[in-house]
Amino acid sequence: MGAARGYTLRTLVIEIAAILLALLFLVPFYFVLVNSVKSFADLLMNSAGLPKEFVWTNYPKVWNVINYPKAFLNSLIVTVFANLGIAVFSSMAAYRLVRHPNKINNLIFGLFVAAMVIPFQSIMIPLVKVANVAGLLNSLPGLIICYFGFGISLAAFLFHGFVKAIPLEIEEAAIVDGASPYGVFWRIVFPLLKPMTVTIILLNSLWIWNDFLLPSLVIPDASLRTIPLATSAFFAQYTKQWDLALAGLVLGVTPIVIFFLFMQRHIIEGITAGSVKG
Amino acid sequence: MIQTRRKKLSEWVQQLYFVGPALFFFVLIVLIPFVMGMYYSFTNWNGVSNEVTWVGLDNFIKIFTDDANFANAFGFTVKFTVTAVLLTNAVGFGLALLLTRQIRTRNALRTIFFLPNVIGGLLLGFIWQFIFTKGFSAVGEATGIGFFNLPWLGDAQTGFWGIVIVSVWQGAGYLMVIYIAGLINIPNELIEAADIDGANFLQKLKNIIVPLIMPAVTVCLFLTISNSFKVFDVVYSLTRGGPYKSTEPVTMDIYFEAFTNNRMGLGAAKALIFFLVVATITLIQVVITKRKEVQA
Repeated sequence: MGAARGYTLRTLVIEIAAILLALLFLVPFYFVLVNSVKSFADLLMNSAGLPKEFVWTNYPKVWNVINYPKAFLNSLIVTVFANLGIAVFSSMAAYRLVRHPNKINNLIFGLFVAAMVIPFQSIMIPLVKVANVAGLLNSLPGLIICYFGFGISLAAFLFHGFVKAIPLEIEEAAIVDGASPYGVFWRIVFPLLKPMTVTIILLNSLWIWNDFLLPSLVIPDASLRTIPLATSAFFAQYTKQWDLALAGLVLGVTPIVIFFLFMQRHIIEGITAGSVKG
Repeated sequence: MIQTRRKKLSEWVQQLYFVGPALFFFVLIVLIPFVMGMYYSFTNWNGVSNEVTWVGLDNFIKIFTDDANFANAFGFTVKFTVTAVLLTNAVGFGLALLLTRQIRTRNALRTIFFLPNVIGGLLLGFIWQFIFTKGFSAVGEATGIGFFNLPWLGDAQTGFWGIVIVSVWQGAGYLMVIYIAGLINIPNELIEAADIDGANFLQKLKNIIVPLIMPAVTVCLFLTISNSFKVFDVVYSLTRGGPYKSTEPVTMDIYFEAFTNNRMGLGAAKALIFFLVVATITLIQVVITKRKEVQA
C-alpha cells in the first residue's frame, strides 16, 4: 500500500506517532522494572521515577521464596513434553484421517473440529473428577496428559489441512521402493510437516507456559508448581509487598520474553499461517 | 482369503497406531468430562461425597429465577465482551494500518506491540494491579490529570475499565499481526486506481480495504469474542471479581460455585449454559462474516 511513494513528511509524522504509541505500550514494563530495584519506602514515595539507590536484594529474596529454579524446571518439563506429545500424536492422527477418509475417521475429525468451541471452563469441573479417577492429579505427567487432550484437536485440525497439500505420488514412490506404511509416515510425511510442526509447537508453548487455571486445578502440591502457580501463591502470601512482588514478576516474565525475542519471526509467521488456515 | 484377512488386520493395526493415541487422550480429557458435565448439571453433586442425586431441571430453574450472581456475571461478561472486542479490533487494525506504511522502524515496532501477548494473563494482571494502584496515582500526583486520580480497581466502573485496558493492551498486537497479513495481500493496483479516482482515505477503507480483509476480520472477531467470553486469568489477578463481585465474569462464577461453594451440580449447569452461549455466538459470527468475504 502506497509503496511507490518514498519517505515523505507525512510518513515521518506517522513514524513518530507510531514510536510514541510503542513507548506507551512499554510503559508498564518500565514501571515494573524500575520499581523492582527500589527499597519498599522508595517505591511507595516515588513510584514513577528512577530509584534513589538500586536495591538488588529483592531478587535473591524472591528467587528463594518461590524456589524459582524448581518452578522454572517444572514449567519447562511440562511445556516440552506436552508439546512433543501433541505434535507427534496429532500429526499421526491427521495423516491417517486425511489418507483414509472413511465414515469413522470423518466422525473423529468432526469431533476434533467441534471440540474447538468448547471453553475450558465449561468442562473443568468434571475434568478434575476424571483426572482424580485416572490418577492424573498432583503429578507433572498427569498435567502433561491433560495438555495432550486439550491440545490435540486444534493441532490435528491444522495438520489435517497441511497433509492434504502433500502430493500422494511422493508416498506412492516410497511404497514402490518397499517402505512400510509406518516408514512412509516417519521418513517421508513427518519431515515434510516441519513448518506446521514448528508453528504448532511455538503457539502451544506460549499457551502452556502461561496457562494458569488448568495447573491450578490439578497440581495442589507446592513442589510441582509451574511459574504462574508459584507467582500466584507468592502474591497471596506477600500481598502489597510490591518490592518483592515486582522482582517476582520480572523473574516470571523473563523466560517467555526471551523465548519470544529469539523466536519472534517464526511465531509471527505461525500466527499468520494458523489464522489463514483457521 | 488369508491375504485379504491379513490386509484387513494390518489396516486395523495401522488405524489403532496412528489415530489411537490422539483419540484416547482426546476422549479421556475432553469428551468424557464434557458428557459427564452434562449429566452433573442435572444433579446436586457436591464434589466430595459419592452421593449424586438426580434433580432434573432444578439447577437450571434456580439459575434463571433465583441466582443474582449468575445474572450479574453474565451481564458483566456480555458488557466486557462487546467493549473488548470492539476496542481490541479497532486498536489492532489501527496498528496494522500504521505498520503497513513505509516507516523504517516497522519491525521493531511490530515486536513491541506484540510483546504483551506473550505474557500470560495471570502475570499481566499482577503487573497492571501495580500500575493501576501505584503507578497511576504517582502519575496523577505529578500531572494533576483527573484520569489518573480515579480510584482505579476500587469500584465497579474503574474495575471494569481496568480489565478492558489490560485486555486490549494484551490482545491488540496479536490481531495486528493477522490484520497486517490481510492488508499486505491487497493488490496495489486497487488502491492506486482508487487514488486516481480521487477517493479519500475513508472511502478506500470502506469500499476496498475492509471488504478485502474480511477473512482476517472473521478470524479476529472469532478470537476476540471467544477469548473475551472466556476471560479469567486477568480478572483473577487484577480484581479477583471485586469489589463485591462487580467485575466477576461467568467463568469465575462457575469456578467459585464449583471449587469454593462445592456446588458442583449447579456449577456444571452454569458451565453447560456458558458452553451453549459461547458456541452459538461464535458460530453465528463465523457464518455472518464468512458470507461477507469477497475475492479481490
